[in-house]
Amino acid sequence: MQHILVLTVVVAGLGAPVMAEIAPADVPWAEDGSISESLTGTPGKPEEGKVVMTTNALGNCVACHAIEALPDVPFQGNIGPQLDGAADRWSEAQLRGIVVDAKHTFPDSFMPGMYKVGPFIRPGVAYTAKPPEKPEDIQPILSAQQVEDVVAYLMTLKE
Amino acid sequence: MKLQHTVKAVAVLAATLALTAAHADPVQDDQLLINGEEELATQAPAPDHLEGALGDTVYSGWLFRDTDTRAMQKDDFDNPMFLFVDAGLETWSTPEGTADKSCADCHNDIEESMKGVRAQMPKVNDKGELWALENYVNDCRTNRMGAEAWGWNSQEMKNMTAAIGLQSRGMPVAVKIDGEAAPFWEKGKEMYYTRFGQLEMSCANCHEDNFGKNIRSDHLSQGQINGFPLYRLKDQGAVSMHQRFVGCVRDTRGVPFEAGSQEFRELELYVASRGNGLAVETPAVRH
Ligand code: HEC
Ligand code: HEC
Repeated sequence: MQHILVLTVVVAGLGAPVMAEIAPADVPWAEDGSISESLTGTPGKPEEGKVVMTTNALGNCVACHAIEALPDVPFQGNIGPQLDGAADRWSEAQLRGIVVDAKHTFPDSFMPGMYKVGPFIRPGVAYTAKPPEKPEDIQPILSAQQVEDVVAYLMTLKE
Repeated sequence: MKLQHTVKAVAVLAATLALTAAHADPVQDDQLLINGEEELATQAPAPDHLEGALGDTVYSGWLFRDTDTRAMQKDDFDNPMFLFVDAGLETWSTPEGTADKSCADCHNDIEESMKGVRAQMPKVNDKGELWALENYVNDCRTNRMGAEAWGWNSQEMKNMTAAIGLQSRGMPVAVKIDGEAAPFWEKGKEMYYTRFGQLEMSCANCHEDNFGKNIRSDHLSQGQINGFPLYRLKDQGAVSMHQRFVGCVRDTRGVPFEAGSQEFRELELYVASRGNGLAVETPAVRH
């Protein structure tokens, strides 16, 4: 019974028009630095986004931003603005733009582009200090779905 | 008497608050008194060439570390770098190489001949090249002693640069940035403001725009180099300036230049000049 159900879901998935993920180079930027289209077509999961934002090896957003809504996360930084209330200040499209590459919203921003593969000056492969051997060695910091998850979490930050 | 104390306390509080408003907290209530006798100035008026980029004061990295780490640097017995200084002093008078000469054979007493040397490094040599202390050390080894060059980040090199640096402790950093040094200094400055790596961060992003703030658990200092080589508790060992530069560029997801490279010597000159006026603290302790 369970097996049959799984199979049905898979078949349904194949039948539906599959939306291609938007690659970093093809992001449809609006003039104001916002991105209204989802990068994946799959709604983000706030719980996953929270993990991405608080994990060093992923978004590590708390390195620079404090989030009072997450009191259990230690050592929150104070470089950027506190993120509580972000969804009151920005629309979903604007938040997606800030996460993908904040420099389209704040031109000289210190905030790293999370879904960006260049051009960079002397990029290394992650933290290895080694230059890439081929362009694919430079991967965006977050995957398209992780960006959507982060945006979904940010949308819960209302005051 | 009592009133005077109160007045003083209020003044200190006001000063602290003013500072917090501009840039958060380098510590204000501690002094770097070495061995209970020699006080090192941990702040200085910002050099003119900065044109206000760091406000009116430059601060030693010591002021941004926690109480325990600060305490370790106050007493040479507690400062783990002194093991390395002692090793460097021993090497100073040990003959080596085909010439069978020691540093002391040419330079005699390190306390006299090397006084003030660290404070002026790096500098342009008589061939017009920008040399760091490490270059001078290896020049003596290869050309005057007939010995092998030490690696830039080798333990022997750090022992020696610590021993030599100590002879300038307390003297103000005074690197020359004009004349022949100017073109090197300009290149170093350009590098300081270049946003490296996938994170697109420059030295200035962390150490000029955000010193005093916290990036996760790290309390950002002005990234001054007046205490190098220094003991880093996290690495349980001595760290050279260029090693620190390598680490900071790697942390931008970038590809650093090599320790000892022309680029990093130019960067060293520029970063040193941002601390002109700070006391040499070599050998410092950081975590
Ligand atoms: C290295 C520092 C740094 C990191 C890491 C960082 N940010 Fe930022 N962020 C900033 C700064 C600085 C600003 C302020 C805008 C500017 O650049 O002037 C900002 C602005 C923002 C804003 C707008 C805030 C507001 O309400 O005005 C949002 C939302 C945001 N960041 C989300 C994130 C998320 C989500 C992540 C991780 C996936 C992240 N940031 C990682 C530095 C950072
Ligand atoms: C992403 C942030 C970041 C960037 C970019 C960065 N640093 Fe650092 N740097 C740090 C942190 C964190 C520390 C350790 C805490 C401190 O002293 O600030 C540090 C420490 C240092 C120190 C040691 C200071 C001391 O007193 O022990 C020096 C020197 C330094 N950095 C120089 C540089 C230079 C030069 C560059 C550019 C090539 C640079 N940094 C880029 C984050 C950064």
